[in-house]
Amino acid sequence: MTVTEIGSPRRRKEDQRLITGRTRYTDNIVLPGMLHLAMVRSPFAHATITTIDTHDATSSPGVVAVLTGRDVADEQGSLPCAWPITPDQKAPPHPAIAVDHVAFAGEVVACVIARSAAEARDAIELIDIDYDELPVVLDLEEALTDATLAHPDLGTNKSATWVFDSAEAGTGDDVAQALAASELVLERTYLQQRLIPAFMEPRSTVVDPTGEQITMWSATQVPHLLRLMLALTLSIPEGKVRVVAPDVGGGFGGKLQVTPEEVITMLAARRTGKPCKYTETRSESLMAAHHGRGQVQRLKLGATREGIVTGLSVDLLADMGAYLGLVTPGVPILGAFMYNSIYKFAAYRFSCTNLFTNKAWTDAYRGAGRPEATFAIERLMDDLAHELDMDPVELRRKNWIKHEEFPFSTIAGLEYDSGNYEAATDRALELFGYDDLCAERDRRRAAGDRVQLGIGVSTFTEMCGLAPSRVLGALSYAAGGWEHAQVRVLPTGAVEVVTGVSGHGQGHETAWSQIVADRLGVPFDSIEVLHGDTQTSQKGLDTYGSRSLVVGGMAVVAAADKVIEKARTVAAHLLEASTDDIEFAEGRFSVRGTDQGLALGEIAFATFSAHNLPDGFEPSLDSDATFDPENFSFPHGTHLAAMEVDTETGEVTLRKYVCVDDIGNVINPMIVDGQVHGGLVQGIAQALFEEAVHDESGTLVSGSFVDYLVPSAADLPSFTTDRTVTPSTTNALGVKGVGEAGTIASTPAIVNGVLDAIRHLGVQDIAMPCSPHRVWKALQDGASKGLGAEEPVPDRVAPEQDAGPMNSSGNLPTGDFQ
Amino acid sequence: MATAQSTRTTSITVEVDDMTYTDVVEPRMLLVQYLRERLGKTGTLVGCDTTNCGACTVHLDGQSVKSCTMFAVQADGHAVTTIEGLAQGGELHPMQKAFHEKHALQCGFCTPGMIMQSIDLIKEHPDPDEHTVRDGLEGNLCRCTGYQNIVAAVQEAARTTRESAVSTTEEGAA
Amino acid sequence: MIPSAFDYHAPTSLDEALTLLAQGGDDAKILAGGQSLIPVMRLRLAGPELLIDLGRIDGLRGIEDDGDAVRIGAMTPHHDIASSALLGEHAALLCAAARTVADPQVRHRGTFGGALVHADPAGDMPAPALVLGAEFVIAGAGGIRTVSATDFFEGLFTTAVGEDEILTHVRIPKHTGWGARYEKFTRVAQQWSIVAVAATVRAEGSAIAEARVGLTNMGSVPIRAERVEAALAGCALEEAAIARACASAAEGTDPPTDTNGDADYRRHLATVLATRAVLSAAGG
Repeated sequence: MTVTEIGSPRRRKEDQRLITGRTRYTDNIVLPGMLHLAMVRSPFAHATITTIDTHDATSSPGVVAVLTGRDVADEQGSLPCAWPITPDQKAPPHPAIAVDHVAFAGEVVACVIARSAAEARDAIELIDIDYDELPVVLDLEEALTDATLAHPDLGTNKSATWVFDSAEAGTGDDVAQALAASELVLERTYLQQRLIPAFMEPRSTVVDPTGEQITMWSATQVPHLLRLMLALTLSIPEGKVRVVAPDVGGGFGGKLQVTPEEVITMLAARRTGKPCKYTETRSESLMAAHHGRGQVQRLKLGATREGIVTGLSVDLLADMGAYLGLVTPGVPILGAFMYNSIYKFAAYRFSCTNLFTNKAWTDAYRGAGRPEATFAIERLMDDLAHELDMDPVELRRKNWIKHEEFPFSTIAGLEYDSGNYEAATDRALELFGYDDLCAERDRRRAAGDRVQLGIGVSTFTEMCGLAPSRVLGALSYAAGGWEHAQVRVLPTGAVEVVTGVSGHGQGHETAWSQIVADRLGVPFDSIEVLHGDTQTSQKGLDTYGSRSLVVGGMAVVAAADKVIEKARTVAAHLLEASTDDIEFAEGRFSVRGTDQGLALGEIAFATFSAHNLPDGFEPSLDSDATFDPENFSFPHGTHLAAMEVDTETGEVTLRKYVCVDDIGNVINPMIVDGQVHGGLVQGIAQALFEEAVHDESGTLVSGSFVDYLVPSAADLPSFTTDRTVTPSTTNALGVKGVGEAGTIASTPAIVNGVLDAIRHLGVQDIAMPCSPHRVWKALQDGASKGLGAEEPVPDRVAPEQDAGPMNSSGNLPTGDFQ
Repeated sequence: MATAQSTRTTSITVEVDDMTYTDVVEPRMLLVQYLRERLGKTGTLVGCDTTNCGACTVHLDGQSVKSCTMFAVQADGHAVTTIEGLAQGGELHPMQKAFHEKHALQCGFCTPGMIMQSIDLIKEHPDPDEHTVRDGLEGNLCRCTGYQNIVAAVQEAARTTRESAVSTTEEGAA
Repeated sequence: MIPSAFDYHAPTSLDEALTLLAQGGDDAKILAGGQSLIPVMRLRLAGPELLIDLGRIDGLRGIEDDGDAVRIGAMTPHHDIASSALLGEHAALLCAAARTVADPQVRHRGTFGGALVHADPAGDMPAPALVLGAEFVIAGAGGIRTVSATDFFEGLFTTAVGEDEILTHVRIPKHTGWGARYEKFTRVAQQWSIVAVAATVRAEGSAIAEARVGLTNMGSVPIRAERVEAALAGCALEEAAIARACASAAEGTDPPTDTNGDADYRRHLATVLATRAVLSAAGG
C-alpha cells in the first residue's frame, strides 16, 4: 500500500461552504410554523421561587405559551450525570426549568414560546417572579466547611471524595512516608480559576416534532450521547429521537453536554406540536453554558537535594458549581492520572473533594482535568528548580522517563506506550535559543532593567484518545469509549465513510478522506464523509478528549480493511484465482505474477449487479467496524516561553513561544499545526487574560466579551511549532491525538516565565490570570509575600462595584447617548 | 410622545450583494437580522451581544462595519456586501482563496466576519506587516485557529492582490 | 440581543431634528453612529421610545480648516479623524486617540460627536478634546451656542448638551506641529481604557515649551492634569526630569476600582503613563 495522502497538508474539504457563507449552523434553520423560545433566568444565585405571574406575558402579542418549572415538573425529569465517581456521590435533582428554587444565577425559571424571537424577548419583561434570597456559597474553602449549603436539602456541599494512593494501588510507595523521609518538601497551593469555554457559535437548538421521529438539531459536539440521554431523561423511545449536529461553531468541551435549553426546546415542541427554536445570546452563554476548571490545589512535593523527586501528594478541592452536568465530577479525576506527568515518582497520592457552590456548573473544557494537573506539576518543578538553584530543564531531565524505558508503567497506573522527551526537548531548546535568552535574562536582571525577561518551561504528556471502555467502567463512567465507522463503496466506485465522531472544526472530513484514500487506493475527492446525524451515523460516541482520530480513525481503518477483504473474495472469484493469490495495491486487485486485475470500483459495480458473485456471498462490500482502544494515547511535548514583564506597570508580554510536540504519526500536518495554534492561545489566555469572576452575591461579573477577555490577533504573537514523531504502538495508525495538547502545556509555561522574570524581586507566585494589576501588586508586596498565592483568588469583587457590562468603569450609563 | 402616527415599521430599500431589496421592517431590526431572517442570507453570523466578536462584519458602501450594531433602517439607500456576495462568477475572492490555502479557518464561525474585515484591512494597508494585520483584526475574535494562519492568509491575499494589480496595470499600459 | 421597539425618524435637516427632539422629550434619543447607543439598547439597559437618526442631515460630517482652528462635524467617524492629514498637522493628538478607539469596524461608524456627548469616562475622545481646548458648537431651539471644553463635561455620562439640543460641530484650536501621544493601557487590544493619558507637547530645542496632559478613566469626567502641565513648562527633554514633572498626575483624581485594577493601581498607572506619553510626544 503506497502512502500518498497520509502526511500530506491536504487543503480541507470543509472549507468551501465555510468560506462562502453556505453554512448550516443551527440558528440558520427555519421550518414552517416555527416558534421561538426565550428564557427567563434567575438573577439570584440562591433563592426559593415564591410566585411566578405569567399572566401578562401569556397575553402579550405573539406569545403562544409560557412554561414554568411546575408546568413541566412531571415530564422534564432530571438532567443526566453520566459519571458517578463514587457509589455514594451526592447530587441534587437537576431540572431543566427550576421548579421551586434556584441554585445559580442564570438558572432557567420560565420559558416563553412565541411566534417571533422579538416577541418572545419582549414578553420576558412581563413575567413577574418573587424570590426569597438564600445565602450563597461561592468559595471552595468555605464550601468545604458546610457552613452555608449550596443545596440545603442535600445536607452538605461535598458531592464525593475520590482517592488514588500508590501504596494501596500497588504501583508505588506510601507517600506520607516518602515525604517524611525526603530531604526537601515543597508545599504549595495553586489555584485554577474558573474559565468559560466561549466557543464562537452561541448554542442553538431546533426541535421538529412533526415527523415520525422527533428531530433535534443542536449546536452540540455529542449528537449520539445527546440522543440517548434525551430518550432516557424524557422517557421517549430511543428510536423516536433523531439528533443532528449540523455545522457546529466550536465546542472545546463546552458543547459536550445535555443542556436544560435542549430539553426545554424538546418539551416546548412536543407541547405545541410545532417546530421550536432557541438560540442563546452571548450573555446567556457566558452565564449559563457550563464553565471549566475551578480548583484549589494543595500540593506536597518531596525531593532529594540533587533534585530527584521522591513523592507527590495532591489534595484538590474541585468546584462542581450548582449541579452535576454530564461528566462534571469526572473531570478532576481525569487529571488524577497526570500529576506525575512525564516523571518517575516513587510515591503518589491524589485526593479530590468535589464541592457544590452556587455558580453555573462546571464540566469538560479543553483538556478536562489534565491542564489542571500539568499546571500543578510543572509549576512545582519550576519552584523546585528555583529552590535548588538548578536549571529547570535539567531538573526535568533528571526525573523524566528515558526514551529507552518505554513502554513505561507509571505510578498512577497507566502504561505509556512510547515517547521521546529528550528529542522533543533538545529540538525545542535549539529552536528557542534557550541559552541566549537565559543570558539576556541574566543581563537584564543584573542591570535592573525596567522590563525584565523570564523563561518559562513546560514539559507535558497527557492521556487522550478517550478511551478504553474497560477503564471507563473501572472509573464508573456510564458509557464506553469505542468508536464506530462504516465504509461503503457505491456502484460508481465512489466511497462513503460514515463516522461516529462529530467534528466542529477539526477537519475530520478531510483527514478521514486522506486515510481512506490511502487505504482503499481511491481518489481523495471521490470520498464523502458523513457524520453528525444519528440517522446517518447510526452509532458513535462523538468528539471530545482528543479521541476522534485515535479511536474514530482506527474504526475507519478497520472498516476499510473489511471492505478490502470482501472485495478480495469477489476479485478472486471474478479473476478465477485463489484469494491467497490476490494482491491489493493502489486500489487494484490483481493476480500475483500476472497483469490481470480489477479496480475496486469495478468490484463494487459487480457486487451491485450481483450477477456473478461467489456462492453464499452477501451482495455488499459495505462494512462496519467498532473499535475499542486498548490504551489511552500519550502525546507529549516541550514548551518554552519568553515573557517580558514591565515592572513599572505589571504588564506581561509574550515575546516568544516555541513548542515541539510529539503526537505520533501525522495524518495532515496543516490541521495539526492549526490545532496546536488554537490550543496554545486558549492555554495562554488562561494564564494571562481569562477568568469567570463573580461578585459576592454570585452574579457573574465577567458576563460579556467586554469583561471576559478572549484575546484577539492583536494580543498575541505567532508561535514557532515543530514536531518529533514517535508513533503510538497501540493503534495501527500510530497516532496520538492533538486537540488538547497546546492548551495543556502552555498555561504553566507562561506562568513559569512570568515568575522567572520577577522572582528575584521577591515574588513567589501569582494567581492566574496574571493581569498587570496582579503582577504589579505582587511586585509591591515583594519579599513579604509568602509561599503560594496566599490571598484567595478574587472570584468575588468588592461589593460596591456594579456589573455594568458596557463600560470598563463599571458604571451603568444614566445620561443621554449619542 | 409627539408623533401622530406610529412609525414602528418603515420601508427600506437596500442593495445587498448586487441585488436591490425593498422591505418593510421594524426600526429595531438590526441589519444582521435583516440579512439573516428577511433576506435568508445566513452566511453572516451573530456571535455576541456587545459588538466585540466581529462575526457579523459586512461591507457598507465598501467599508467594514459590524452589522449587529446597525439598524436595517440605517442601511436604507446604501449598498451592503456580505460573504455571500464576494465570489464573482463562481470565482472565489482572493481572500477566500487565501483562507482556504493557509488553513485560516476551523469551525468557520468567525470566518465570514474575519474575511470581510481582512478585505477592508488590505484595502487600507496593501502591504501589511504582521503587526498591522494583527492590529487590523482586533475586532474579530476566533477561538479555534489561534490567529497565526489567519495572519498568513491575509498577507498572502495582500500579495496576490498587489501582483494582479501590477499585471493589470501592465496589461493596461501595454 | 433584540432591543425593545421604538419609533424612528431620519430627519434631513437640523431644524427638523430639533423639533422632533423637543417633541420627544425624555423618551427621545439621538442616534449618531450608534456604536455606543445600540449596544446598550441590545442589552435592554436603555429603551428609548424614539430615535432621531442624524445620519441623513447634510453638513454635520467633515473636517475643515477654519483659520485658527480645525472644524469637525459631529457626525465625522473616528476613522476619518484618525486618517485626516489636516488634523495630523494641526491636532495630532486627536488622530492618535481616534486610532485607538475600539476596532476598525467600530471606527467606521462611531462618530466624534457621538463619543463626546456619550461621555463615557473610559472613552478615548473626551480627554484629547479637553486638553486641546475644544469648543463645542451646540444647536437648540434658541439658536447656536458655543461651550468651552472646561464646561462641557459635567459628570458621569453627562455633558452640557441639553435634552433638546444637538452637538453639531467641534472646533479644535490649532496646535500645529505639536508632538502627540495617546498612551492607552489595556489588557487586550479592543478593551476600553483601563487608564489612558493624552499628551501633546510643543518642544523648543532640548526642552518642552508647553504641554497639555489629559487623563482618561481617572474619574467621572476627563481630567486635565494642570499641575503636570505647569511642571512641564520649560522641562528638560529627559526622562528623569519629565518623570518628576509627571509625579502629580494622579492628584485630584477619583479612579474606579474594578476587575482591571483598584484605584491605587490606576493612580500609579496615571503617573507612569503620563511620563511615557509626554516623553513620546516630545519625540523621546
